Amino acid sequence: MTTRIAPGVRGGIGTSVLRPDGEPKVTGNFAYASDLSSEGMLWGATLRSPHAHARLLKIDIAPAVAIDGVRAVLTQDDVPGEPLFGQEEQDQPVFCDGVSRYWGEPVAVVAADDEETARRAAAAIVVEWEPLAPIVDPDQAAEEGSTFRDLSVRRGDETTEGSVVIEGFYETATQDQAPLGPEAGLAIPDGVGGLDLYVTSQWIHVDHRQIITCLAMEADQIRCHPAGIGGAFGSREDISLHIHVAMLSLATGRPVKMVYDRSESFVGHVKRHPSRMWYRHEADEEGNLVKVTARLILDGGAYAHTSRAVVANAAYFAVGPYNCDNVIVDASAVRTNNPPCGAMRGFGAVQTCFGSEMQMDRLADALDMDPLDLRRRNALAAGDPLATSGQIIDGSLPTLAVIDELEAMPLPDALIEDDPRLLPGGTGLTTPASSVVRGVGYAVNIKNLAFSEGFDDFSEARAVMTTVGVEIHTAAMEVGQGLVTVCQQIARTILGTDRVVVVWDDTSQIGSAGSTSASRQTQMTGGAVYAASAGLRDKILESFGGDELHEDGVYLHGEMVATIGQVCADGPVENQVQFRHPETFPPDENGLGDIHAGFVVSAHRAVVDVDPELGLVRVVQVDTVQDVGKALNPQAIVGQLEGGTLQGVGLAVMEQLVVDQGVIKNPTFTDYLIPTFVDAPAVGTRIIEEGDHFGPFGAKGIGESPTISSTPAVIAAIRAATGRDLTRVPVQPEDIVGI
Amino acid sequence: MNVAITINGDERSLDVRGHESLLNVLRNDLDLPGTKDACEQGECGSCTVIFDGESVCSCLVMAADADGSSVTTVEGLSSDGELHPVQEAMLAEGAVQCGFCTPGFVVAGSHLLETNPHPTEPEIREALSGNICRCTGYGSILRAFETVTGEES
Repeated sequence: MTTRIAPGVRGGIGTSVLRPDGEPKVTGNFAYASDLSSEGMLWGATLRSPHAHARLLKIDIAPAVAIDGVRAVLTQDDVPGEPLFGQEEQDQPVFCDGVSRYWGEPVAVVAADDEETARRAAAAIVVEWEPLAPIVDPDQAAEEGSTFRDLSVRRGDETTEGSVVIEGFYETATQDQAPLGPEAGLAIPDGVGGLDLYVTSQWIHVDHRQIITCLAMEADQIRCHPAGIGGAFGSREDISLHIHVAMLSLATGRPVKMVYDRSESFVGHVKRHPSRMWYRHEADEEGNLVKVTARLILDGGAYAHTSRAVVANAAYFAVGPYNCDNVIVDASAVRTNNPPCGAMRGFGAVQTCFGSEMQMDRLADALDMDPLDLRRRNALAAGDPLATSGQIIDGSLPTLAVIDELEAMPLPDALIEDDPRLLPGGTGLTTPASSVVRGVGYAVNIKNLAFSEGFDDFSEARAVMTTVGVEIHTAAMEVGQGLVTVCQQIARTILGTDRVVVVWDDTSQIGSAGSTSASRQTQMTGGAVYAASAGLRDKILESFGGDELHEDGVYLHGEMVATIGQVCADGPVENQVQFRHPETFPPDENGLGDIHAGFVVSAHRAVVDVDPELGLVRVVQVDTVQDVGKALNPQAIVGQLEGGTLQGVGLAVMEQLVVDQGVIKNPTFTDYLIPTFVDAPAVGTRIIEEGDHFGPFGAKGIGESPTISSTPAVIAAIRAATGRDLTRVPVQPEDIVGI
Repeated sequence: MNVAITINGDERSLDVRGHESLLNVLRNDLDLPGTKDACEQGECGSCTVIFDGESVCSCLVMAADADGSSVTTVEGLSSDGELHPVQEAMLAEGAVQCGFCTPGFVVAGSHLLETNPHPTEPEIREALSGNICRCTGYGSILRAFETVTGEES
């Protein structure tokens, strides 16, 4: 890409411009999927399995059909096309197909005149079950070979030994994305046998492919539209109610709306994989890592979803951003009867960052080294091979700069003893200030950018010049992160006008933008917008023999040679592109190779106050330094760093989906705790700008990185305060007290 | 049963069912979807409204109990394109990401500033601790409220 920046444009890259959807959101006028309605609309509701594992013996829908106002009751027998769906592996039935494989699996759906009737009717369906013993132990599943993927990495010399050896076993709990906006969708018949679908999603094209396959319809009969989304964090990467609401609308010929309530949302989307990790780190006397061995088990639950990719990330980032020439990793994503897991911010790298960073701190202790000096000594840089895959790091990787900058950030003041709101346990007044011990801990992480392992990863965008400004067309999902603003900023910078609108196309109007996940949209759709805009500019300049494009027209040596009216005399001028990142490849027989397109690094420092007698923690402050490549929107970056950091803090100290024999015991906001304003620490942020090898203007994606190392930084700080090795998150009071 | 509720200054008379929440009536019967439904347990604050001068979760108020009350929703805080200072500040500070919690913060925050025009940081945190935001980490929301109170002081 050649970079020629239009002069004097407002709201271009590098500025913190207001987001165009901000005003509708603060006034309550932004239409989320759950706000949509249509004339003559019915409501849908779902009956779900009460068993983690059971045989479905008999289903009687007659009591539901008999209820006044019920318009349709559908089960697996009514699926017109392929009975199974799935993004990577088609292994999940649209409805329970004779065996319930997880608690809450959909069994039937109902459409009725109103929401209450639909729910009452769903509950009236009579199902006979034969309960079966659920497989809920991931180790047992691994032993029995019940896995979605087993991935082994063998790099270097397995016989190498270090003089200092640290072994550890670590666990992470199931975390829920808990986006505030529930799963919601509206299906509207088009009158000629097809449908328009407005469903919460991170990737409408991959939804579309699965929907038409299960409905046995032609691609042009179903149009998936972007719908207003209240957060995602991975939870909307897989199908939820899409096929159900479409089937109900086709069956009734009426618009149908479905909205999950909070408890249904907890069972209605995939979660962060719980993990068990065994590690052995071996170093020489100077602290150089000489071998890392890891066994990783991630519980994928009942269906595949994105488990295959998640376990690969866990494996490839199992050593962190450190050099090590000898690595053995055996990683498995297992199939159980626990809740299905898939994408959540950090996508596998979160789990192994916790295990490996705990190991690094323990190794530093054993070597009597400063934990940051140990990390500096082993820090991975551009041009080095990634410890696991051996891939030479292309682009930027400022690991050392990130660590140095973080250490230089100011520490918070000492505890203010007279304010009970600032004590562990808060105003519950369970801790006297004299008992409080402060701890400081660090952690560093690395993650891949965009899709890996040879996936054909692209985003399509179209730039259109009109007499009233530029339209950018894309199907990339804005889930709250601010992609819409970044697309505008890139187009403004290239095309020399601040009059840019982003138009969200449906699946019939433009090709795929890929998923809003894997930290990829700033680079991928941003890259597509860059290329589409640059191509459009060059096309216009060439047509009129100009050398600069401004808001009012084409210029040559400072003189206007054509107005925008003349440029668009025959109608709008447009340019459409597909942007691809550097090619990646599947791992070879040893799990090695050029598997990833690019990498991002960041680090966190946590400061905690701990009551070691009661096991209470207050996270006082978390600071982070983020490798961003190039900052396109500084304010949006701060928003990602602060928000992502808090999700990692949540996993460290409170967020845990409690699953017992496959049954979720806390599927409500009353029982699944999310950090509130009073739980949230102050978060200090800094960035490092070193341009990357792909992505617009050298920018990197930063959506996930802030979540990854904040968890181990908090635990490292608690460890520093208490002297206890802490091996599971979220940490429990009994772990801190040592009982 | 019939109830009369003054919504954003307009008296509305409507027929509600005994088990319906005020939230349900606002969203489904009065076409005011700005008040969000995210948990229906009073835990997240997305459905915050001003109910007879108090900041409440409308999911926990029975519509029948709202008879004769005065309710202000997010739609009632701005008029003729003029944003409430809290709305202005949240926009300017980047305190809006997905935005699903935003109406609740705007309403709860406007009530905070009416009852305590110059809150300290711990007071802001405590007053808004009934509103969950999953995107921002609360930093930009805090800065937004500090901006508003700074301007007023």
